[in-house]
Amino acid sequence: MKLEELRFGTELIKRGFASMQKGGVIMDVVNAEQAELAEEAGAVAVMALERVPADIRAAGGVARMADPQKIAEIIDAVSIPVMGKARIGHFVEAQILEALGVDMVDESEVLTPADEQFHIDKTRFSVPFVCGARNLGEALRRINEGAAMIRTKGEAGTGNVVEAVRHMRAIMGEIRSLQGLSNQELIDRARDIEAPAELVIECAERGRLPVVNFSAGGIATPADAALMMQLGADGVFVGSGIFKSTNPEATARAIVEAVNHYDDAKVIAEVSRGLGDAMKGLDIHMLRAEEVLQTRGR
Amino acid sequence: MGVKVGVLALQGDVAEHITAFREALADRPGSMVVSVRHAEDLADLDALAIPGGESTTISRLMGKNGLYEPIAEFEGGIFATCAGMVLIADRVDDPRVRPLSLIPMHVARNAFGRQVDSREAMLEVAGLTEPFRAVFIRAPVATDVDPQVQVLARIPEGIVAVRHGPHMAFAFHPELGGDLRLHRIFLAGLGV
Repeated sequence: MKLEELRFGTELIKRGFASMQKGGVIMDVVNAEQAELAEEAGAVAVMALERVPADIRAAGGVARMADPQKIAEIIDAVSIPVMGKARIGHFVEAQILEALGVDMVDESEVLTPADEQFHIDKTRFSVPFVCGARNLGEALRRINEGAAMIRTKGEAGTGNVVEAVRHMRAIMGEIRSLQGLSNQELIDRARDIEAPAELVIECAERGRLPVVNFSAGGIATPADAALMMQLGADGVFVGSGIFKSTNPEATARAIVEAVNHYDDAKVIAEVSRGLGDAMKGLDIHMLRAEEVLQTRGR
Repeated sequence: MGVKVGVLALQGDVAEHITAFREALADRPGSMVVSVRHAEDLADLDALAIPGGESTTISRLMGKNGLYEPIAEFEGGIFATCAGMVLIADRVDDPRVRPLSLIPMHVARNAFGRQVDSREAMLEVAGLTEPFRAVFIRAPVATDVDPQVQVLARIPEGIVAVRHGPHMAFAFHPELGGDLRLHRIFLAGLGV
């Protein structure tokens, strides 16, 4: 092997990492003990956080990157990949996460945005990024900035799947609506949705996003997870849904199996039995405008 | 005659494996590439691919789906990449993964470190005249292989490609990047 030909942080490596997560469940954890439980339950990765989104909502104030000490403890506790959240536009938080050895950075609307105009220039990093999106234009703008993975935003910390469904249906429907358009019409559509034309053309050709697309923001039960998979998600992020349920261990295992058997209702019925109470959840329509997280970043 | 390949579809880059095998078999009429999730899906297959993904997750789901015995007794060739290489070994450095014990070798998970240490490298592989652009993603390495296992490639960290009977295992991802030479060598070795 010629050492001078080693290449790190290429697009293929970043997107390839995201591909390895497909068909998996990525779980929010706030300490080493929760991370071990998630790994044991079959999570493909954990998201290391100071607080789960439901508690971020409850706490109020400015939500920032987690304490590096906490992230390091979680990295030491598990063998699966560890992801960390940086504020939208806060490239120094992302640099810190990369230096800590986090495997993927989530530039996340769950934290308080640091920049209301620019997202992080993700092409400048070796570590891959995942970003939230509510529609095709937003997803393609993030991919154009270097995101290696997209997750539909949903509405984090609510335990209410309605926004996750809305965003997944929007992206899938918009991609379907590209089928059969001429090149000229695709370029016109790209202008409408404020996305690069070459990425719109790529979506039309492939019939899907150019990167892995997970679902996030409100998934609380095995049925919710399977719903998102049937709607076309490549995998799911579960935030507050696991550790805000009455039986996190059983809920975590059940959600992993529901994602694996998302089109087999008998299995989903079986794993859903006797799980106890799911997280209580919030009605989206009762949120005040400033409490809505999904509108952060565009 | 056509070749029937299954891809273990529990978790990981299943779609990439299906696409790569479909392309490698495009000139073999009557060939099929299918997903394998249950033991009965293995019937009539000439080969099985075990994809990249999280070996802990795939191991757990293989146990849940009752796939350990049927895959261990599978008579076709197995094409295992990354997590697949961990699973096909008989010794793994991590008790969280239960191996299939099909290739006598010791495998270490995540042998390169964190994701930022994942790399592309031009790799000399036995049987190929030109180097192969190998994509290592949080990759394992074989630290020790029994003498009957053929080593196809090694790097300073360890052994990264092996062949054992009809089985081939890679620490990297031949299914990513569009170079299908290793798929073709594997398919030629099936004797179908």
